[in-house]
Amino acid sequence: MADALTTTTAHTDLEVAAATNLRHHFATPQQQFDSAMLGMWTFLITEVLFFGGMFTSYVVYRSIYPEAFASTSQYMNVALGGTNTAVLICSSLSMAMAVRSAQLSKYRAVVISLILTMIFGTTFLVIKYFEYHDKWVEGLVPGLKFDVAHYHAPQWAHQAQILFFLYFAMTGMHALHMIVGLGLLTYLLVMAVRRRFNSAYYTPVEMIGLYWHFVDIVWIFLFPLLYLIGDRG
Amino acid sequence: MTSTHVPTVRILVTIWAVLVVLTWTTVTVSHIELGPWNVVVALVIAVIKASCVGWIFMGVRFTSPLTKLFVVAGLVWLTIMILITTSDYATRRWDYHAQPWANTKDNGPATAP
Repeated sequence: MADALTTTTAHTDLEVAAATNLRHHFATPQQQFDSAMLGMWTFLITEVLFFGGMFTSYVVYRSIYPEAFASTSQYMNVALGGTNTAVLICSSLSMAMAVRSAQLSKYRAVVISLILTMIFGTTFLVIKYFEYHDKWVEGLVPGLKFDVAHYHAPQWAHQAQILFFLYFAMTGMHALHMIVGLGLLTYLLVMAVRRRFNSAYYTPVEMIGLYWHFVDIVWIFLFPLLYLIGDRG
Repeated sequence: MTSTHVPTVRILVTIWAVLVVLTWTTVTVSHIELGPWNVVVALVIAVIKASCVGWIFMGVRFTSPLTKLFVVAGLVWLTIMILITTSDYATRRWDYHAQPWANTKDNGPATAP
């Protein structure tokens, strides 16, 4: 608090409050920050349990139809999925760098890090689009276009659709979170260009950073479960 | 906010490198046939990667004890959901209808004729 404000011209309580965006119902900027932190984590826990429900159904159905789920492995593009994993890891690094730069009042570095994060996030979604497109062409979209006749393991064609349903539900919900994240990053970028974040106040960068890392963690589990385990031949 | 920890570039890049290496490892190991161990290895690596992201990138390491408690509580509830659901599926007699002593035509509550 104190050393951050020596770089600004804040001297009175009102000026301190203005420099740290302190709302009147908080006693100190630290208390306000800790409250935001706890609230964000509470939200992320509900997100963990939201995705956890889908992971649980994945575990249940995989244990009931192991052969059918394994038969879907050859339709998963490990190269694209692996690339996307690397892309998301890079986006997490640039996001962490954005938070760090904001903590140190490095205005240009915040903007550059946020732009990099958005580029990585967009790259992920573009690759995901091509994967979805392949699934559609190959007739692997349950309910809309599932080509039972041409499924390589006809005896599992019906149960395998459960996995493809879970694939689209889980990666689709993940992609939706990415899109929301890109929207939040756009907001951060606008604010960062206006130099609204510095060592005295960077809460939004930290909170949206937590969200972005959480979405990365979801993909860290989706990638091995959907792409890697099963019958790789 | 001096009580907030500022991570060094060095630790952030190190974690990034660890995550990239672990991603390469999990893809490589998946090509080796290990039977049921493929799932175990994939999940252990995923948990390590998620812990790296959570502990350093998300800064759980540097948060207040109360926030840490919330994070752990969330993971405990996730464990409860997965463990109790799977233990139910693992122990229930799903072949009930195939048993000779089961009335396969009507398993509903007894009704008056």
